[in-house]
Amino acid sequence: MSQQENNIVYTQKNLPSKLLTIGVVILIVGLVLAGASYLIDPVRASFNSLISMMFGLSVGLGILFIIGLEHLTGAVWSVPFRRVAEYLGGILYIVPILAIPVFLNMHGVFSWSDPAVIAKDHVLQGKVPYLNTGFFYIRFALAFIVLWFFFTMFKRNSIKMDSNPSESYVKSSKILSAVMMPFFAIFTTIMAVDWLMSVVPRWFSTIFGVYYFAGSFLAGLGALTLVVIMLNKRGYLAKGLGGDNYYSLGAFMFAITNFWSYIAFSQYMLIWYANLPEETFWFIPRLHTSWVWMTAGLPLIKFIIPYIFILSQPSKKDPKRLTIAAIMIMFGHYYDLFWLVMPAYHKEGFFFSWNELAFPILLIGATITYFAIVTKNKNLIPVNDPKLPQGINFHL
Amino acid sequence: MQEKVLYAMSALFDTPDAIIQAAESVQKAGYKKFDVNTPYPVHGMDNAMKLKPSTLGYFAFIIGIFGAIMAVAGMGYLTGVDYPNVMGGKPFFALPAFIPITFEVTVLSASVATVVIMIAFFFKLPNNSHPVHNTEYMKNVSDDKFGVLVEAKDAMFDAAKVEDLFRSLGASRIIPIYYDLEDIRTVGNIFRPKFVLFLAIVVFVSAGLTYGVLNRLLFIPPFTWMVYQPRVNAQQKSNMFADGSGMRNPVDGTVARGWMPYRYSGKPDEAGLNLVNPLIPNTHTLDLGKKNFDVYCSPCHGYLAKGDSRLRGQFPNPPTLHSDKVRNWTDGRIYAVITDGQNSMPSYSRLVSPSDRWAVILYIRELQRALNAKQEDLK
Repeated sequence: MSQQENNIVYTQKNLPSKLLTIGVVILIVGLVLAGASYLIDPVRASFNSLISMMFGLSVGLGILFIIGLEHLTGAVWSVPFRRVAEYLGGILYIVPILAIPVFLNMHGVFSWSDPAVIAKDHVLQGKVPYLNTGFFYIRFALAFIVLWFFFTMFKRNSIKMDSNPSESYVKSSKILSAVMMPFFAIFTTIMAVDWLMSVVPRWFSTIFGVYYFAGSFLAGLGALTLVVIMLNKRGYLAKGLGGDNYYSLGAFMFAITNFWSYIAFSQYMLIWYANLPEETFWFIPRLHTSWVWMTAGLPLIKFIIPYIFILSQPSKKDPKRLTIAAIMIMFGHYYDLFWLVMPAYHKEGFFFSWNELAFPILLIGATITYFAIVTKNKNLIPVNDPKLPQGINFHL
Repeated sequence: MQEKVLYAMSALFDTPDAIIQAAESVQKAGYKKFDVNTPYPVHGMDNAMKLKPSTLGYFAFIIGIFGAIMAVAGMGYLTGVDYPNVMGGKPFFALPAFIPITFEVTVLSASVATVVIMIAFFFKLPNNSHPVHNTEYMKNVSDDKFGVLVEAKDAMFDAAKVEDLFRSLGASRIIPIYYDLEDIRTVGNIFRPKFVLFLAIVVFVSAGLTYGVLNRLLFIPPFTWMVYQPRVNAQQKSNMFADGSGMRNPVDGTVARGWMPYRYSGKPDEAGLNLVNPLIPNTHTLDLGKKNFDVYCSPCHGYLAKGDSRLRGQFPNPPTLHSDKVRNWTDGRIYAVITDGQNSMPSYSRLVSPSDRWAVILYIRELQRALNAKQEDLK
């Protein structure tokens, strides 16, 4: 135990150049498909772009939160993964690009941006002080500036520590994480309300920010787990990782799966119980058209199957099963976002075609390309972090 | 000196690392019945002792599932089948409303069952004493030392060898643990006078306190605040409403569930013109009518409605119901008689429900037809 504590076996290796090729190929395929789908139906493409953007933002927010949580609580188990998180979280820089199709089709996606709609709708007139286009752009810009600032600062502190192991960076990250938390909460809620809830502008749910946060945490965990396991299996991370480090990731996924279900059910049950027309109308297309099959699948895909799958202790430690769980959880979050947004575009019933696949492919391609470029000639673990030896020899 | 039987050899160590190493060595030496006692949970001990994962989780899982099923089935039966009530316009089997309760019942049953099963099976009740209790060894390991012991029951046990092993591991102290024979003899005897007396005192004190609080204390001021809270009693004056009455009338035009106003009181002819029998004659309604007729009508009117009373002249005999007058009455007219009464016949509206009255009329029609059968009925 104590004898091996200071031996970190790590050699810096470059990811195979194949990764960049794969990323670029997927990116190009995605771009072509997305372009084609935009030409066919710009509004539909904008809706899909919005879902992909919110998914990418979820992954970024989740990872940013995990990094912040690690600094704030002094967690040890996640330290060997932190550098991967810091590179993967760069998805935050990419996602605003996916907002462009939406900005070009504001009236089609956000009906509250259309003065003609507002003039006819008494309820929306009352929401104008918040839901107006100018303020919307300001909030969007502000949210990304704030998130980028904290993310960049964390990353900078962490990378500087590689060459200059000084306690001051640890302390500065810790203070930063404490400052970040309220901003994180506010801007997560704002993004969820602006970009998901206001798609149906008359509808409101006070728990919606938490709902999106729970899903984001899940998506971030899923992405991080997937990438960490794939890298660690091929020996890009420190030797000796696994076991209880994996167990912690799995336990976290399990816990947040439950948390999401709790929040999602709370939202549904309160609306069901109160039975107020101004809240329940949101569920009508989701329960009384062919969307109902997707609604029925949501608890199955996002709660019951992952719950049973990650419940047992061995499944939280086995990299294969964790990989499946991570993919399942990310798919579940995309499914969730699709279910949240798409009935607003197409109230008549469920639909799906290659158009819906274009933007996810684009996002995946962009993320892989970005990850391949930024990790070139870089350490994939925070080599001089004072908590690293403890993190690698982490035992529950 | 007391006769002593060796229970185990134990050793004390000073650091958590040493105890993990000791546990590993004892396990590697092949001992099966050994145990480790530490003042706090030491990370990695399960692995060092090569303990199998506890099976307790499976019990918790099964009982939890059982609790969940019982909760859903119980609520579904109570509110959906046995006593369906409309609550908030929700369906009788209102699954979303059941889920929080199901969750709580699941957690409660799983956790209670886990504790009970752990104590009953894993701790081997009624083993309420243990040889290591009240020993020098236990005093140390519950303070600042880390202890390991090998039981004498182990197949490989040899006191000298175990002692050598402990010494080679660098134990700070080696203590043999003996059974206390007096304890062995008294193990499991819960009927000691002291214990029974203690139980009796607990029962009397807790029961007395409960009684005192609920039946005495709550009637002594200032604990009576529940009784004297501001409220409006029935038929009291109230300044809150414009008419000064504390009671409220039902909203105009509303009718209580299961009750319909009778608008033809004292106007039998009008009832005969306007009321129509809502029931159709079938086995069910005719059976219902016969049952009610036999109970309420037949004592005076007779089983066949011939006016042949069974009351032996204590009341004036009522007329037959087979007269042309009654036969030509509409169902509504007969309904008016049953509801309001006629001559010396009292009102039966409080005894026979409206739908039962209509069923009785159907039965009377059947009797009238049966006693005045036409030629074609006999074919």
